[in-house]
Formats: sequence, C-alpha cells, structure tokens
Amino acid sequence: METGGAEVLKGAVDMADAGTMRLRIQRFDPSKEAVPHFQTFEVPRRPGLTVLDGLFYILERLDGSLAFRYSCRSAICGSCAMTINGAPRLACQTLVEGLGRGEIAVKPLPHLTVERDLAVDLRPFFAAYERIRPYLLATSAAPAKERLQGPAERRAIDEMTMCILCASCYASCQVVWTSEEYLGPQALLMANRFVQDSRDGAKEERLDHLANEEGIWRCHTMFNCVVACPKNLNPTWSIQQLKRRAAKRRLTGRS
Amino acid sequence: MKRHDILVVGGGMAGLRAAIEASQSADTALLTRLHPVRAHSGAAQGGINAPLANAEGGKNDTPEMHAYDTVKGSDFLADQDAVELMCQEAAPCVYELEHWGTPFSRLPDGRIAQRPFGGAGFPRTCYAADVTGHVILITMHGELLRRGVTTYEEWQVTRLVIEGGRCQGVIALHVPSGELEAFAARAVIFATGGAGRLYSRSTNALHSTGGALGVAYAAGIGIKDMEFVQFHPTTIIGTNILMSEACRGEGGYLVNRLGERFMQRYAPKAMELAPRDIVSRSIQTEIDEGRGFEGGFVHLDLRHLGKAKIMERLPGIRDICQHFLGIDPIDTPIPIQPGQHYAMGGIDTDNDGASEIPGFYAAGEVACVSVHGANRLGGNSLLETVVFGKRAGAAAAQHVKTAGAGVDIPAMERALAEERGRLQAFLNSSGPENPAGLRDELQRTMTDQVGIFRSREGLEAAVRKIAELKQRAARINIMFKEWRFNLDLVNHSELPLMIELAEVVAQGALRREESRGSHSRRDFPKRDDDRFLWHTVAHRGREGPVFARKPVRITKWKPEERKY
Repeated sequence: METGGAEVLKGAVDMADAGTMRLRIQRFDPSKEAVPHFQTFEVPRRPGLTVLDGLFYILERLDGSLAFRYSCRSAICGSCAMTINGAPRLACQTLVEGLGRGEIAVKPLPHLTVERDLAVDLRPFFAAYERIRPYLLATSAAPAKERLQGPAERRAIDEMTMCILCASCYASCQVVWTSEEYLGPQALLMANRFVQDSRDGAKEERLDHLANEEGIWRCHTMFNCVVACPKNLNPTWSIQQLKRRAAKRRLTGRS
Repeated sequence: MKRHDILVVGGGMAGLRAAIEASQSADTALLTRLHPVRAHSGAAQGGINAPLANAEGGKNDTPEMHAYDTVKGSDFLADQDAVELMCQEAAPCVYELEHWGTPFSRLPDGRIAQRPFGGAGFPRTCYAADVTGHVILITMHGELLRRGVTTYEEWQVTRLVIEGGRCQGVIALHVPSGELEAFAARAVIFATGGAGRLYSRSTNALHSTGGALGVAYAAGIGIKDMEFVQFHPTTIIGTNILMSEACRGEGGYLVNRLGERFMQRYAPKAMELAPRDIVSRSIQTEIDEGRGFEGGFVHLDLRHLGKAKIMERLPGIRDICQHFLGIDPIDTPIPIQPGQHYAMGGIDTDNDGASEIPGFYAAGEVACVSVHGANRLGGNSLLETVVFGKRAGAAAAQHVKTAGAGVDIPAMERALAEERGRLQAFLNSSGPENPAGLRDELQRTMTDQVGIFRSREGLEAAVRKIAELKQRAARINIMFKEWRFNLDLVNHSELPLMIELAEVVAQGALRREESRGSHSRRDFPKRDDDRFLWHTVAHRGREGPVFARKPVRITKWKPEERKY
C-alpha cells in the first residue's frame, strides 16, 4: 500500500524539531493511480493547532494539490470528518497537542469511495438519509400558531437533532460495508428523530419502511457508530428504540 | 448548458427559503458551493427573533416594539418600512418553520420558548438550545427534499452574466470534477452569505469569503453600506469561534481582570445585553486600557448559571469550550474577545430582494435591504433570511411570469468561453506571490485598521495597503495546475474579489466621518445625521469603487440618541 513515504516536504518556516510536527497523509488520485500512497509533511506547531489547520498549511504553503472538505471549523457543519490516527474525527476539532508527539496519520473516512486524497464520495450516505424522508409528516393541518410540544416530548428528540451529518458513523459501520442497501446508523438515527417526534403523524408508515432487512433488523449492535460519533450521539440506542417499537407493534398491533 | 427559470445560488437559510418559495410556481434549481447541510447558517447559535409574546415577561411584545428595537439598534440607518415589514412577517415565518418540524425549545405549556437578547425590549428570541441555526437548516433542507427541488452541489459561481441590461445566468465551476458550466436562468437569486474572511479574527466559516458578493460587484451590481461590519463581543481566543449572545441572554457576565462587571460603565441599564456594537467597543476599551487579561481578552463567566442550566440551554457552547479551549464553562470562565461576525452591508436590494438589474435578486447576509442599518441585533439575521428569502423567491417567480424576454443563449455561450479562458490564465499563474500570504496580509490589515475602532490615519494606511495587495495579486502563483478538485484554484480565484470588497469597506469607512452603530471613528466620535444619514452605495469603476448616496427611508421613528 505505502509508497513514496520517504520524501518529507518541509514548511518554509525554519523551526527546531520541537516546533514542528509531521502529518502523514494518504494521497490518492484514482484517475491516475491504482493504489493510495502516503506522503509526510512537516508543519510548524503552535498552541491550539488543529489537524485542519495543518492541512491548510500544507495546501497553502507546500502542496496545492491536496484535496479535502471543510467549512465552519467549529464542529457544526460536518464537512471535515476523516480518519486521524486510526479513528474517525472532525479535523477541525482535533487538536494536535491531544494526539501526542508522534507522527499523525490522516486518511479519508473508511469504506467510502475516494474522490481524491481525503475527499470521499458521500452520495450513498446522503441517498440513505433521503430514503428515510427526513422531514415532518404531519397528519393534521397546521394550526394558526405553533403546534404544541411539551418539554418532555421535545427532550425525546433532543439527541437526534444534534446530528451534523458528518458520515463518521456511516463510514465506520461494518454492516454498511457489507450491504449497499442498509440504511446505516445516521439515517436510522434521523428516522428515530421523526418517529419519536410528538408532532409527526406518520410513525406507522415510517416503521413499515424501517422494520426490514435494509433497516433496523440489519443492525448487528456493534456500536462502531457510537464510538465514531464526534458529537457523542448514540445511533445504536436510536436503532434499539426503533426495534423495540417495531416489535411491540408486531405483537400488539400498536407501536 | 443548464437552463432553469430561476437559479438560487447558496444553500443556507435564505437560499433554501427562496428556493422553497420559487419552486412553488416556477422551474427552480438551487446551486450551492457546499452541500446545503454544510451552510454557515448552521453555525447560528442563539436564535431567531419574532414577537410571539410567548415568554413570561414578553406578553406585551408586538411587531411594532420589535421594529422600534431594530431601528434603534441600527442607529437609525435601517430603512424603517423594510424593518416594519420584517417584524410583521416574523411570527408567521417562525410558525412556518415550526410547522416544517423545527425542534424549537419549548415552554412548559408547549409553546415555543423565547429568551432575552441584546437590544431587545422583551424576551423575543426563539431558540433550540444553542444550536438554533443548525436545527432550522436541517429542517429546511428536509423541506427542500420533500419538494424535490433540483440541487447542484459543490458548484462555485465565478461569474454573473448580465447582458442587455438583464440578468442571464451564471458561470459556475464544479469543484470535485473541475467542470465549468453555464447556468442560464431568467432570474438569479444570490443568497451566498457573508464576507467574514476579509478579517483575520472572524466567527465566520472558512467559506464565508464574500466571493459571490465580489462576483456580483464585479458584474456591476451596486453594493451598499459595506463599511458597517459587525464585531461580535464574545468569540473565543485563538480560533474566534462564536460564543452565542445566548450566554448573556441566559445571564452570563462579562468580567475584566480586576473582577469588575465592566458593562456598568458603558450601558448601566442593559449591562451585558446592550447591542453588540456597544458591548464589543466596551470589551475592546477594557483591553486597550489595560483591564483585560494578558493576550487581549476578558472573561465571559457562566459559572453562576449552574450546571443544569448550562447543560440544558448552552450544551453547544460547553462542547466548543471543551474541545477548542480545554475548559469547562461550568467551572471556568471563558476567555473571549470581539471578532468580526456579520456584514450589515451587501447587494443593494429593495424590500423584495430585487437589485437594480432586472432578474437579479439577493437575500440574507449577502443582501442589504437594509433592515440592520449600522448595527444588527442578535436574532435578526436568521429572521431576515426567512422573511426576505421568501420575498425574493416570490418576486423572482413573479418576474419570470411577467418578463417577456427569454435568456440570451449566445451571450451565455460567450460568457462561458471567456470565463474558461480567464480561469485557465489564472490557473497558469506562476508569479512570485503566495496568494494565501496575500490573503493573510489583507485579513490582518482589515482587523488592525478597519476594525472596531477606526481613524483617518488607520483607514488611509489600510487603503494604501489594499492598493498594494491589488498590485501584488496580479503576480500570484497557483501551485496545482489541474481543474479537478483544485482548492488552490477555487480558493485563490476569490482573492482579487476579496481585495476589491476590502477596498469598498475601507474607503467607505474613510468617507463616513461620523460614528454610527458598528462604524466607530475615534476622530469623529458622534453620529452626524446632517452629513451622514444616508446609505453608501458603491459601484465598481475602472480605478476602484465609485460611491453614491441613497436616502434612508424613515416612517415612524425620528433619529434620537441611542442609550441603553
């Protein structure tokens, strides 16, 4: 797998060893290469430096061909999920000082098709998300003001509304790896967001779409998604909630 | 060539709202630089204003009170008919967001919760904890999916095509593939957000470069009130990530090195909930006069709010502090300083988002209606996106129904060819200057000389520096020479546009010899309604911006002294 790792591109800033760090980045242009290779870059350290800052240093000072996605740099837009030292993380909220003194390995999210370098094709991820119909399906006409929802009802969906669609869980799920049809943890978490929403009027219909081999019953409860989530959400718990509801409905006729 | 009746550019809240509206009666497509769920609207934390009169203590709130607060907050530069309209439409627009499924935080009786915000007479800010923008953005994107609106993702607009006095469409670059394409449309709506990255210290996303605003300016569109730049009082040191106004709305204190709640000196009644321009100046004054902490910051202290309230109302704030500062605001004050946050200025539009060019519209932060005047109130930006996004979408749909002429296809083909040539030449650039270095110099100049406090001396230095950068930007080097996924090309092709926008901001600030709202001149510390109660409009001339004045529309409220 690894070629071209010997060359180290150094930053223009001349700094002592203690003042720099090494980012070992998986490079891959599928239109030109059969397999990825690694390239190591030396980047000046400073307090508060994030992996995303390091990638920008490379892009702007060392190698303008580096490809990655980013935007908010504050862990809310979900653009910069990638594999850092073996684990899926948001590059923008991963501080270099938290990763020890060694070389930092940066790779794209696993499983997904690489477009170039750290940028992966997220179309299958968003397609799964769109399949769960991620919008409120209300049965009654909208009132003149707001639909009422008590604080406890609102709390029931609190966790799921925090999902930033970064795809870390999806890419880390080994069931997703083996099944193209499986909705995956993110879509199921968001499906649960609507099933648990007191305002949604299509819970039965939603469960019909979810309670099958492509949906909740495919989950093997491996918790990869829980480990992967940079927002500390628990998609497995959502899937279990849906499973419980679907089973109850099967037994009693009511969810 | 792609063809649609209406092309909405920008996938944040304003763009989504415009696309949802326009798609009801016209063939509409949405073109975005990022996937819509990545838009910077999602970073909005504190909330969206509407006089719902839900909260205890807010029962007497009305659209008129909301409008008055907004006009006063704007330091009387907002157009009052536009403000009244926004505040009238605020409640219906927020209810609509709720009907679409937005998970607002709730009062015990199930109605939408509201919190106090700066410069507001009542608790008027509807919220979802401290991730309001995020949950609204995701909800609106769901609404877009429900309606099946065509979306072009990861396209960056490089040129706005105006021919025969009408808007004909845009030329855009698909970032992953490097494909350049013409998008012909009988109406184009820009909803491309802010220009925070003109500054080194900004809360804005890295993509908030103002590039599309620069594209409109380069096409001859007038841009208004660009000298009014909002600095948010509370951004964390180092990254300048936003600490929501909700921190203070929920009761947080601002404290200097001496342990004083220094807002006592500057806004004894409103204290920490004075409008942002005033709070930012107060913090900067404390720092400048030596009462800040070493490193140039003061403390935002939430400790007295207690763990339960912080966990419930400000979980995102806590998350950011833990990840980016390594502190927990439950037991440690947050080191903050002011940072660029919002562009009050933008594309000069009327109350329907229409620019001076038939068929070209703008909404949201990229537009200047103006509802924010010289200083925006917190919670009014999200409101502006939905009210004016909707209005622009409706107006564009009406335009394509009534405007007879179709698109000038040969003009679009010519523009595409020209643009390909221009970008190819840009790609071939191999001069001595590093474009990222020039951008850094530009950002530092803007923060240092065109920041919270301004003076003739500093602004003149900035204008000279910007002129120098303009020259040097003609001699940059692009390292990577391919079209596909070329961030070097995509990001740095915006640099000349950013420099020109900075030129408009700095020159506009130099010309405005008064202090009004966010524009604070040390050499002209008073507001001067006799000389400056007007909007600045800049058009691109051969040698730089050409400035003109536009009257401020005043309906009910005569300018008065602003006290809090």
